[in-house]
Order: sequence, then C-alpha cells, then structure tokens
Amino acid sequence: MWRDALLIAGKDLRIELRSKVAFNQILPFAFIVLIVFAFALDTSPDTLQKVAPGLFWLAVLISSILGVDRAIAIETHDNASDGLLVYGVDPGGIFLGKVVSVFVQLFLLEIVLIIAMVVLYGPKIGGWPLVVISAVFATLGISAAGVLYSQLASSSKAKQTLLPLLLVPVASPVLLAATKSWQDAFAGSGWLGDPWLRLLIVFAVVYLALGTVFYNSILEG
Amino acid sequence: MQDLVSFKNVVVVSGNFPILTGIDFEAGPGEVVSVKGRNGAGKTSFLRAVAGLLRITRGSASVLGVDLVSNPADARHRVGLLGHDSFLYEDLTARENVSFVLRATRSDTARVESSLAAVGLTGRLSDLKVAVMSAGQRKKVALAALLAREPELWLLDEPHASLDSWTRDVLDSALIAAVANGSTVLVVSHEPHHGALVPTRTVEIGGGKVINDVRASGSADAALTTKLGTGNVA
Repeated sequence: MWRDALLIAGKDLRIELRSKVAFNQILPFAFIVLIVFAFALDTSPDTLQKVAPGLFWLAVLISSILGVDRAIAIETHDNASDGLLVYGVDPGGIFLGKVVSVFVQLFLLEIVLIIAMVVLYGPKIGGWPLVVISAVFATLGISAAGVLYSQLASSSKAKQTLLPLLLVPVASPVLLAATKSWQDAFAGSGWLGDPWLRLLIVFAVVYLALGTVFYNSILEG
Repeated sequence: MQDLVSFKNVVVVSGNFPILTGIDFEAGPGEVVSVKGRNGAGKTSFLRAVAGLLRITRGSASVLGVDLVSNPADARHRVGLLGHDSFLYEDLTARENVSFVLRATRSDTARVESSLAAVGLTGRLSDLKVAVMSAGQRKKVALAALLAREPELWLLDEPHASLDSWTRDVLDSALIAAVANGSTVLVVSHEPHHGALVPTRTVEIGGGKVINDVRASGSADAALTTKLGTGNVA
C-alpha cells in the first residue's frame, strides 16, 4: 500500500508541476480570497491582526476545494481510475497517494500565504512550533477529508457543486481548531497541551483511517 | 484444461438497467475469441466484466482461477485491457506513462524503451506529452504499455481502430506470440478479420448475452453453435 501511495503521489505531483494549475490558478485564488475578505471586514490593523488566523484558514479551506477536485479529475479523464484498478494498485494506496500530493501542494500554498498574511495583516507570531505543527495536522485533515469527499462527489453529475457542499461543513472543525490554535500560537503558547491541536490530530487520523478503509468501496461504486 | 475465463449465467445491472443479462462463456488457454455483435449489444460491458471492472449482480464468474464475484482485485492485474479509454495521463510523456504502468503492475521497467520502440515511438516522440499526440499515437502508447506488461489475458476492444497498418501488424504479431505462450485473447472488432491473427472461435453477443458461439472449422469441436435468442441493450 505504501509503495502504491508513493507511486501515486509522485505521479500526481509530476502532473501538477507540469500543468502548473496550482501555481497559476489556486495560488492567485487563495491570495485574492485573503485580500478580499480583509477589505470586506475592516482595514484597521488591530482588527486584521485579530482575524488573520481565521482568514488564513478560510482561504486555505476554499482553495483546497480546487486542489482536491483537481486531484480526482486527473483520474476521471480518460477513465484513468479504471486503469489503476486494472493495474492492481491498492485503493488505500491511491487514497494515501492523493492525500500526500494534495498535502504537499496545500502546505507550499500555506508557506506563500503566511508570508502574504504577515505582510498584509502584520500579526506578531509568537509560538512558531505550534503554528507549524497545527498547520501540518490541519492540512493533513483537509487533504484526507477533501480527497475522500471529492472521490465520493466525482460520480455525481453535480460534482462541482456537491464537493463544497460536502467538504465545507465536514472540515469546519478543522477551520475552527486551526484558527484557535494559531490564535494561541500568536499569543505565544507552546504546542504541548494545546487542546485545539489535539482536535486537529484526531480529525486527521480519523479521516486518514476512514479513507484508507473505505476508498475501495467508493472507487468501485 | 482449466478455463481462464468462466462465466455462468452472469448478470450485471447498472443503475436499474441490465447490461449483461445472463452470459454463459468459457475460454481456455491459447484461445483467440472474436466477440461480435451490434452496437449496444453488450460487447464492451462483457469485456469490462471480464476485467473485473463491473460488479457481478448474479451468476458466477472466474477469471484466471480467481472468483470475480468475491475478489475481483486479485485477477485484474493479470489482465490487459485495451479499450476505448486509453487510461493515459495527458500531462505525462509517452515514456512516463508506460513507465508508470509498469511500476504500478510491478513489471520490469527495463521494458519501457523496447515496448515504445516496438510501436514506433522512439526518440522525440517518446518524450512528447500525451496531450499533444494524435488519437493513433495515444493508442500506440496504450498498446506499448500493454505489450510491456505481457498479460495472461488480453481484452481488446476495437484494438485496430486509429492504428496504421504497420502498428496493426505489430499488435497481431504480439498477440500470436502471446497465444503461443498460453495467453488468451478476447477481441471485439467490427472490422473484418485482419492480418495473421486468426480467431479460433467467434462469439456473438446480443441483448447482453451470448447468442452464437462458433468454433473455427478445423478446431477440435467445430461448429459448436448455440442459438439463444437475439436483442439489444444500450
């Protein structure tokens, strides 16, 4: 399964690197979300610094919809997912490979967005370890839930509208916990004992397990 | 001699629609079965069912000794399917696509270059992204991946479509060699018999079931013919 996961992740990342969809479309979109929400709320520095974590994770969540949709669309074109089944690729490995690929893309997106957030909103970030660890598990949770629900929605005729309808409510605990965790981190808290981080870890582990077990049933319809 | 493919009264339902309505079919090692039938008769669905890509609703089915009803995944990686879908990734090159298939099937990746060369995709062509290739070239890439895999059971749906005569001969030669080694070939084609590959048997499908099963003259039990009725499904 792990071998298949690495194979799928490598293939997907190579495709993304070549198509540049993440760089040319998802990154600018996330950047626009970050700016537009800031304008919509308030331009005073105090307000922006306070809401910066929430806006950041909202931008990541909305952008992730494009990313996970793209990850599954790669396999629906020319029925490549049938090919994977015929080649005997482990469905759990397909799921984990897609999660790794989406995780890498989202994490790189977050690195760029965090720089943009600091420049635009000017928050003072105190606890970097908590920021990084929260980001890792939040991104893992969004990626796992996103790939699972995107695959689920892919067989529907209304997949473009169904995916956000499924993913956003499900991932709202991640949005909440990542925001709270970052607010704690910005206030200088350490990562040990942070309750919101624990929620992010549980969410990621649960969705990784669910996806690994049930992806086969979803893939085969 | 054990059958490589054994379908007994197989029914496959998609949504509420029966796409296979009770297929009875057996094929042993070294057979070349030509699958005929009108558009919508169920030929492609039959091949997809044999490949383990359709859930068997009723009946019993085994492929390469593996029960397709309970465990389709164990048979799939030993089956080669060349159909209307090429299963290729547009943003990967021909070489990368074939290499991916071989790694996914745990086959020898040293065969990438030789299989691409066998279908005439050498030099610059093998480094072209599939997205910029013609339909015929895409078919060649899919064929190269299949040749490199050397499956035990070949399922071919209109394999000669889009291919030039030279590549058709390459395919036929590869199939003759595979059959000589005990592989079985099921080929759906609307085209008249082509080249050196001679079917040992012709099966006609209509209404989602086998309506004619004729062995080529000269074979052990020639003229095995069953008339089971006619009809079409979508």
